[in-house]
Amino acid sequence: MKAKKLVALFLALTLTLGITACGNSSTTPSGGSQTNGSGGGKGTTITYAIWDKNQEPGMRAIADAFEAQNPGIKVKVEVTGWDEYWTKLEAGATGGVLPDAFWMHINNFRKYADAAMLEPITEGVDMSKFPEGLVDLYTVDGTSYAVPKDFDTIGLWYNKTMFDEKGIPYPDESWDWDKAIEVAKQLTDPSAGVFGLMAGHSAENQQGFYNLIFQNGGHVISEDKKSSGYDLPETIEAVQVWHDLIHEHKVSPPYETLVESSASNLFTSGRVAMVMLGSWMVTELKNNEYSAANADVAVLPQMKQRATVYNGLGNAVSAKSPNKEAALKFVQFTGTEEANLLQAEHVSAIPAYEGTQQPWIDSITTFNVGKYVDMLEYAYIYPTSKTRPRWDVAENDYMRQILSGQLGVEEGCKALASEMNAILADE
Amino acid sequence: MKLQKMKKRRWGDLGWAYLMIAPTILGLLVLNIYPVISTIYLSFTKTGDFGASSFTGIGNYTKMFKDPEVLQATWNTFRYTIGVVPVGVLLALFFAVLLNANIKGKTLFRTIYFLPVVSTPVAVAMVWRWLYNTEFGLLNYLLSLFGAGPVGWLTTSRYAMFSLIVVGIWSTLGYNMVLLLAGLQEIPKTFYEAADIDGASPIRKFFFITLPLVSPTLFFVLVLTFISSLQMFDFIYMMVDRGNVAMGSVQTLVFLFYKYAFQIYDRGYASAIVVFLLAIILAITALQMHLQKKWVHYD
Repeated sequence: MKAKKLVALFLALTLTLGITACGNSSTTPSGGSQTNGSGGGKGTTITYAIWDKNQEPGMRAIADAFEAQNPGIKVKVEVTGWDEYWTKLEAGATGGVLPDAFWMHINNFRKYADAAMLEPITEGVDMSKFPEGLVDLYTVDGTSYAVPKDFDTIGLWYNKTMFDEKGIPYPDESWDWDKAIEVAKQLTDPSAGVFGLMAGHSAENQQGFYNLIFQNGGHVISEDKKSSGYDLPETIEAVQVWHDLIHEHKVSPPYETLVESSASNLFTSGRVAMVMLGSWMVTELKNNEYSAANADVAVLPQMKQRATVYNGLGNAVSAKSPNKEAALKFVQFTGTEEANLLQAEHVSAIPAYEGTQQPWIDSITTFNVGKYVDMLEYAYIYPTSKTRPRWDVAENDYMRQILSGQLGVEEGCKALASEMNAILADE
Repeated sequence: MKLQKMKKRRWGDLGWAYLMIAPTILGLLVLNIYPVISTIYLSFTKTGDFGASSFTGIGNYTKMFKDPEVLQATWNTFRYTIGVVPVGVLLALFFAVLLNANIKGKTLFRTIYFLPVVSTPVAVAMVWRWLYNTEFGLLNYLLSLFGAGPVGWLTTSRYAMFSLIVVGIWSTLGYNMVLLLAGLQEIPKTFYEAADIDGASPIRKFFFITLPLVSPTLFFVLVLTFISSLQMFDFIYMMVDRGNVAMGSVQTLVFLFYKYAFQIYDRGYASAIVVFLLAIILAITALQMHLQKKWVHYD
């Protein structure tokens, strides 16, 4: 009797534990590759995994052009949301069934490159046509592992109508942060629930405090990737400015609101007059009636120097793919001027290929998006290292406490620096 | 001779029986038992990228019991469970008894109470998220009619856990209610008729007939609700964002497991956390098994 009960208990528990355990070791990735034998002819289908739904039409157009030039190869574009994308890719890499070609992000690039999951791209692409920083991002010891696809910078969006009502001139290249805060104060009207300049919550680093850190001459991680920059006075000062938008000047909505409502929501509902948004948001703002009529974009205000954060995706090929040749051919095609022009035409993202940015700018008449391209000149590359996923969580934990006002700026930044240094020493 | 024959026949019968349960057992072995064992193994390793791992002994466990985040998450898990289980089960029993009575439109009400179970947790969480929204939410709008200030239901450490508990109770209520309803219908009508003749009050009937006879189902419901509450993850994932200040005071052990397994990619440490949770669930369930003798009546 007792033994029976114990067995029943054990079974019940394993059944319930299965919910948490199955995510850990047994995940079946869809995707992967398949050889298409139907239709009698010899054909190959390669999968191309991406994470941005807004860019699907552009990627499909590139795939169509490629298919037209390479009869016998079909490209299946597969969209998965950002979070699930990486979970799926990781499971695929562990199980040996990666998609044939896929987008790569700098956060995870080193991990995949070091584990020999990516096929080297040694020929067929003229790397000199791309911004050097982007090519370097995806290069390890002189070998490229991904073809630069696009780049993004951060701009200052403003609500023209709100500026006009108060008779304030629009933001331009002459602005520094003192000026931005001064104008933001004029635009803030707490009784109407309107704020002048929106800060961001702790996870919004690229569209938030990273830009200020570089503008103030600080950094997030040292060039040799061995130490954290969060204990530098320049970095702390920049975080302080960001923090003060919420707590000192009160020109930004309170921290709780930043968490609950996205920047684009507040901006497109006329609740904030200015907000910092990445170039990947252009499509969304263009499709929104309110922002299409009332908004425009300018360069970021400066501190000690002009700066913005830039980053770019790469197209990579799985080293384990059975259709490696076809996949390589496709990824090489994404590195041509033709493919980049298609990208520009579909407003997917700022194409990385030299000289294809102007068509992208021309394809968007609603906003002054040329400002995004102008900023590339003084842009700093998105800070990262091999252990980024680990210190990213630490950064978020501390910045959350700092920006919500639970922890002092200097105290928090220094604690974050020492935790980050410990993680980097482990690298 | 006779004995041998019997043995043979028994084997034949047993063989069939084993064949019949083989699909289920195989499924259990592959989908449940194997992952459990490999999770326990992983908890003693330091994992690298893409499945590579090295044995570290109890390193993950010593680190875990010194980690304030794990201790806080354990406390959060208990707070959530203590919030959901008693209220949730009692409410389910209350509604089950009401809907077992002969009232008009009881099928409609049963459907209404069961609806949350049919809806996907993600959709449920998204709706609640809007109800709780500080600025645009319905709850704060209702409060404002009475002149009460806006409450940060999900964004302040003070209320976030309470808000999650409410959603937890709401979403498990229907399932538990249906189980209890089935238990209630098993109770023979004759008991109540006899009690009526003796002139027993409804409350006496509830405590002396209904409660003892539904106790096996109640026990089952209690064990299940305990286990599912201790494993709470989806509502936090959907309703509490990364930048949310309240995160520290609501994240449960399973959420922490997710964070380490899928954001930090430290599978070894994540496994240690989930094995710790298994131990907790095992202990609590064993205790319930032991205590059931005191209050559960099997015929």
